[in-house]
Amino acid sequence: MSAPAAPKLVGARVPRLEDPRLLTGQGRYVDDHRPARTLHAAFLRTPHAHARILRIDAEAARALPGVAAVLTGEDMARDCKPVRAGSRMPAYKVTSFPALAQGKVRYTGEAVAMVAAESRYLAEDALDCIVVEYEPLPAVAAMEAALAPGAPVLHEEAGDNLLLAREFACGDVDGALAGAHLVVRERFRFHRHTAVCMENRGALAEYASATGTLTLRSSAQCPGIVRDVLADLLDIPEHLIRVVAADVGGGFGAKASLYPEEIAVCVMARRLGRPVKWIGDRREDLLATSHAWDEIVEAELGVAADGTIVGLRAEVMADVGAYSIYPWTAAIEPVQTISFLPGPYRIEHYRGRTRGIATCKAPMGPYRGVGRPPAVFVMEGLLDRAARRLGMDPTALRLRNFIRAEDFPYKSPSGIVWDRSSFTETMLRAREALGWEAARAEAARSRAAGRWVGVGVASYVELTGIGSAIAVSPGMPVPTGTEAATIRVDPAGTVTAVFGIASHGQGLETTLAQVVADELGVPIETVRVLHGDTALSPYGTGTYASRSTVLAGGAGILAGRDVREKTLRIAAHLLEAHPADLVVQDGRVAVRGLPDRYVTVRDVAKAAYGGVRHLPRGMEPGLEATRFYDPYYGTASNATHMAVVEVDRETFHVRILRYLVAEDCGRIINPLVVDGQVHGGVAQGVGAALLEEIVYDGEGQLLTGTLMDYLVPTASEVPAMEVHHVETPSPTTLGGFRGMGEGGTIGAPAVIANAVSDALAELGIEVNELPLSPERLFRRIVGGS
Amino acid sequence: MAEMVTVRLKVNGVAHEGRCEPRKLLVDFLREDLELTGTHIGCEHGICGACTILFNGEAARSCIMLAVQADGSEILTVEGLMQNGTLHPLQEAFREHHGLQCGFCTPGMLMTALDFLKTNPSPTEAEVREGISAVLCRCTGYQGIVNAVRAAARTLGGAAKVESGT
Repeated sequence: MSAPAAPKLVGARVPRLEDPRLLTGQGRYVDDHRPARTLHAAFLRTPHAHARILRIDAEAARALPGVAAVLTGEDMARDCKPVRAGSRMPAYKVTSFPALAQGKVRYTGEAVAMVAAESRYLAEDALDCIVVEYEPLPAVAAMEAALAPGAPVLHEEAGDNLLLAREFACGDVDGALAGAHLVVRERFRFHRHTAVCMENRGALAEYASATGTLTLRSSAQCPGIVRDVLADLLDIPEHLIRVVAADVGGGFGAKASLYPEEIAVCVMARRLGRPVKWIGDRREDLLATSHAWDEIVEAELGVAADGTIVGLRAEVMADVGAYSIYPWTAAIEPVQTISFLPGPYRIEHYRGRTRGIATCKAPMGPYRGVGRPPAVFVMEGLLDRAARRLGMDPTALRLRNFIRAEDFPYKSPSGIVWDRSSFTETMLRAREALGWEAARAEAARSRAAGRWVGVGVASYVELTGIGSAIAVSPGMPVPTGTEAATIRVDPAGTVTAVFGIASHGQGLETTLAQVVADELGVPIETVRVLHGDTALSPYGTGTYASRSTVLAGGAGILAGRDVREKTLRIAAHLLEAHPADLVVQDGRVAVRGLPDRYVTVRDVAKAAYGGVRHLPRGMEPGLEATRFYDPYYGTASNATHMAVVEVDRETFHVRILRYLVAEDCGRIINPLVVDGQVHGGVAQGVGAALLEEIVYDGEGQLLTGTLMDYLVPTASEVPAMEVHHVETPSPTTLGGFRGMGEGGTIGAPAVIANAVSDALAELGIEVNELPLSPERLFRRIVGGS
Repeated sequence: MAEMVTVRLKVNGVAHEGRCEPRKLLVDFLREDLELTGTHIGCEHGICGACTILFNGEAARSCIMLAVQADGSEILTVEGLMQNGTLHPLQEAFREHHGLQCGFCTPGMLMTALDFLKTNPSPTEAEVREGISAVLCRCTGYQGIVNAVRAAARTLGGAAKVESGT
């Protein structure tokens, strides 16, 4: 078997194949599909945080011209089951999440009725005519209060508001901390966040009664998962459901869950026999798209006199909102926080406990980083506190404690196995690139001159490309460890590569085409990548958890190898040569050393479909392969971030003067795309650190229901960034790729918090709460309530 | 249903006439009645800028305008940028510098940048950041966009200004 030619495209700065359509207004997002006879849906959303529904009167709405139907929770219950996100985790309580509220509402914005009308305008008119009589119940607004005895209970079936609890323990942490030279303690608070994808969520369902087939176009990251669960909820066989996620306007994890509206449009379309489309508006997005983080972490870190970590102990409380989302469950955020808290450090004695608490808020879901932005904020904050008290340089403290080259593979206290990573190398690269010493000295001079300038560092490791050994979310029943690729060369020699992943901005149409083109030895122009369509692709779940490059890339390599091997065998037959003497490159298969003796891939493909008389004896016609890939454990991805910040002494606004990332995502497929992912991730981390906060009042009312209240950073708030790459090919994945879609958001909140703490060190202020709004900083620095 | 009104306007150089309710948003009119779905809706309250078009030559948010207000106007949308099958230099620069990921804010970002470069043909980095801060992008961290707009400024003939530090 001949080896592939040297990679030509993997590693190259290939402009994206997606761009021409997206730059010219020819992208096809859900709302751009307008089938004939489409009805437009609108949802009546409750103004109550917690209330019993006594009566819904929709007669006037039904009577409005242009209104086709109004459905309530009772109607919905007749047509579909409620979603129940299960988990094998022992201390987890399964609860129901109905597509439309049944009996009671549990958060402001929960949908209680659905209208389908000839236009969205008419549908919204009809919402105004629906009368709902409620019996308000006391709101469960704060997670601490939700656990108090006698607190109102959101889900009666759960008995109380504690939906899950979990602990990871390793070694003797109490003994280790008791014997530590120094123990630093802090109560950290990371407030509630949301994704704000620029495209709001949307769904369009079409049901063909003659064939019993249902097609759902959705702004989804996980079409495979949505397809499977809809089959169960709606009692339709899987193969009759097609879920398509074509162009999707950002996801960041928030579009990776099943949403009530996706179920509801399917139910409505099946009832009415007409296409039904719902496009969320921004108010609905802020009210009812999943939220993130919202954790209180009380943590203690013990160190020896030389800075060596001796133990880490943490208690996490997470506000998981009103419902446990499918398929990840309410456990995804709180459990991931304690899974990853020990970070890239050697920690023998660890105990992390976490609790997920239901309150009257939109459900908690996966969002870029999942659990790790709070975990890294906590761990890196503790390390800086220890360094400050020991009088140690914060980078030196980290270098002393990193998992070392000789320690890999390293099993973390929570059971994650880290493959060979570059914790020390990225730190050294970042130190050098920033000029750490000089930057610190400069900041000290600025502080001496009365400015609040500080330098921060933060390191992290994340688990990416997770295979079947570990569930992406603890105990979840959906298999997330595999992906597949079908590579098909048609008789004209052009290539279609179909994947079950669903790109939504990451540029996977380009990066996967690079991988496939290299494997096959064909020009990238002859490769077309299809994805995000369950009817086209082999079985897969979708794009989430920084998995697509690793899993789909691996499947693409395997399928590509099969196709290449067959290509060579057919070419050998045509050339009367031995396959081992052939090389395939630029769409030609040539005899090694005799470049003029060649056939094209097109010749080979033509022969492959020309019947057995053109093929080697015994070979089956055709030129395609489907392969599945399971990276089993997955692989680590790591980085060190550094930032220089200044707190304005008059406005308390934090300005980022410099921002630097030294990251390692293994073998880089496309530097353009990698840099873009880092930039975008950091920008969301900057938002999380300084601006973005979902705020509910004590009655469970959302106070941040517009983009004037929920502040997404603009180009003026996001700094220019320097990105440096340490390229350590993963030893555990095909292709050596590591996932890197989330890292920017994991490192940025921690490094900004640490830099601000450095700026304010002389005032004795250490940041323990994010985001650092000017108001919050003012209260910390000047005082007052 | 309210009485329908007639809206006549020119979009991307082509005259259109449509009838719609007086309450219909301009962006819905463009997308639904004229089937120009390149202009996107991101917030419907004038913040995110995804729906930005050029309205009589100036950047405007089509989600907070009514279609009737556009009667008699000339509009340029993202669909009108490409000429004779060739990308506009700004579109080309966005591709070259990875100024887009999911592409949803891109039409609004392009129209905003086009308007910005008309008024400031050779901007500094800080001026570009200020200029495009009218449009939210959640994917790129703006770096690719800033680089693209500056590159487009050079292509479009503006001389690079010497930066006075950032």
